[in-house]
Amino acid sequence: MTTASLAPVATQQLATERPESLWADAWKRMRRNRAAMVSAVFLVAITLATFGAPWIPGLADPAAQDLKLSATPPSALHWLGTDELGRDTLARLLYGGRISLLVGLVGTLVSLLIGVTYGAISGYRGGALDDFMMRVVDILYALPYIFLVILLLVFFSRSILMLFVALGLVQWLTMARIVRGQVLSLKHQTFVEAARALGASDATIIFRHIVPNTLGPVIVYTTLTVPAVILQEAFLSFLGLGVQPPAASWGTLVSDGARVLALFPWLVIFPGLALSMTLLCFNFLGDGLRDALDPQDRRDVS
Amino acid sequence: MTSLLIRRVLLMVPTLWVIATLTFFMIHAAPGGPFQSEREIPEAAKQQLNAKYGLDRPLGEQYVSFLIHAVRFDFGPSYKFPARQVREIILEALPVSAELAGWALLLALVFGVPFGVLAAVKQNQRLDYAAMGAALAGVSVPNFVLGPALVLGLSLTLFLFPPALWQGPMSRVLPVATLATAYVAYIARLTRAGMLEVLRQDYIRTARAKGLSERAVVFKHALKLGILPVVSYLGPAAARVVMGSIVIETIFSVPGLGRYLVNAAFNRDYTLVMGEVLFYATMLMVLNLIIDVAYTRLDPRVEAA
Repeated sequence: MTTASLAPVATQQLATERPESLWADAWKRMRRNRAAMVSAVFLVAITLATFGAPWIPGLADPAAQDLKLSATPPSALHWLGTDELGRDTLARLLYGGRISLLVGLVGTLVSLLIGVTYGAISGYRGGALDDFMMRVVDILYALPYIFLVILLLVFFSRSILMLFVALGLVQWLTMARIVRGQVLSLKHQTFVEAARALGASDATIIFRHIVPNTLGPVIVYTTLTVPAVILQEAFLSFLGLGVQPPAASWGTLVSDGARVLALFPWLVIFPGLALSMTLLCFNFLGDGLRDALDPQDRRDVS
Repeated sequence: MTSLLIRRVLLMVPTLWVIATLTFFMIHAAPGGPFQSEREIPEAAKQQLNAKYGLDRPLGEQYVSFLIHAVRFDFGPSYKFPARQVREIILEALPVSAELAGWALLLALVFGVPFGVLAAVKQNQRLDYAAMGAALAGVSVPNFVLGPALVLGLSLTLFLFPPALWQGPMSRVLPVATLATAYVAYIARLTRAGMLEVLRQDYIRTARAKGLSERAVVFKHALKLGILPVVSYLGPAAARVVMGSIVIETIFSVPGLGRYLVNAAFNRDYTLVMGEVLFYATMLMVLNLIIDVAYTRLDPRVEAA
């Protein structure tokens, strides 16, 4: 890791006095992007609120039913109202957000692991192996995977674990292509040749020297994968194929709320708002990171 | 051109075969046969049913016969509605889904491209920020949130459009608008990015130096190249519109392919699910092929590469 990140920088440092690192430079650009910064703050807040929900004082138990308060509109006692069983919408929203965010993060992590490894190996080895691996990606790309996910979920257990696997497995293709492209452009650079000359094994070169240098595009794409996975979970849950009751995610809350839309509109408005805001913020953040990290887009700024 | 076409068609064959095989074995590995969810049936009747649908034959034989029939687009009768052939159901639902998806794509192009061009021309001005903020919001709001929101506002409060069903032109408005929004937004973003890339190229400067009007520069010269990202997005867009139509058809009770698929999935109507998945897959691949061919026509550089 250290060799990789220091090698190209070290020569520059001789030439000029302490140039700004790529990261400091990106951070500076990022801070000027108000939408992206606000989004980041919002995302941190909502993550804290959902995962810290059990410790929020005064928050109702999301499973506690109170049939006397069945489907009441927002009030001082229940800020976002209650559902037909008298459960507090705010509590259900926060606990549901946990599942939505968790699915998004874990699904992205799975896709990241597979995509980066696959793309790095394919790009670094090149030749017939690369051809074969990319043909496989081509074929998988053409699969209408959402239908296969639906099949998987319909015919096998509808567990959260299955959902993680199914969503993670279909998201890695683009990541693999991005990483491969990066590796192709990196593998003939001198710091890689230096590592090879020092006798480093292929695995060491790929994972300690090349992969850390592909981080920029990978981070950007990761930020955009999280909302994509959250959206797909919500999509499947909306169709009744995702998270199963008594567990709830934003997708199932919207789905339940949409059924009683005409009577209790707050049951669809608030979960829909939470979901849309979170997705919007991830997208703003991803856009901001791309502008900050992707050197190609810098021409816009200058 | 022809070699590209041949290669792509050849690639479709193994892809379809993989999908067919996966679907077939997934369904056969699934716990519970198609007739088990019904009430208790006598053993003899169950055997007869199995024999009628060929489920008593060895798996390999079933697989081969499935493939042979699938090539002819014949998936046998629906398990749930035995009087109807899967093919019939698909052909009946297709026009509805095609209309829904067609309108949505058309709307996406008609609104998305001009907004994108406008934003690019006014880059970093207030109009650009407003249009792009709205576009990002449009991309971010899921259609199953937007759908209920539109129903709540336009149909249940203002009584402008019917809240569901697919009867008469007014009933088309909400489903099509819900489905199209995300693609209007995405195409606007793509157009803007494509135009910005093109507008700083030398030939545009030349066109301006010749004294052409700004309108001619933008629409005659820049748009031709700037729109290419949109064209290459049309393939994935068609795929996503088709996927989105599943949700839209469920929300608005539109009798199209998507609603049949969701119902079939819940009913464990195996033949209908298999038929639909294979039909969707074929359709999407053919669409992608057509769009790729169109792309090489528009951008001769692709073929050289």
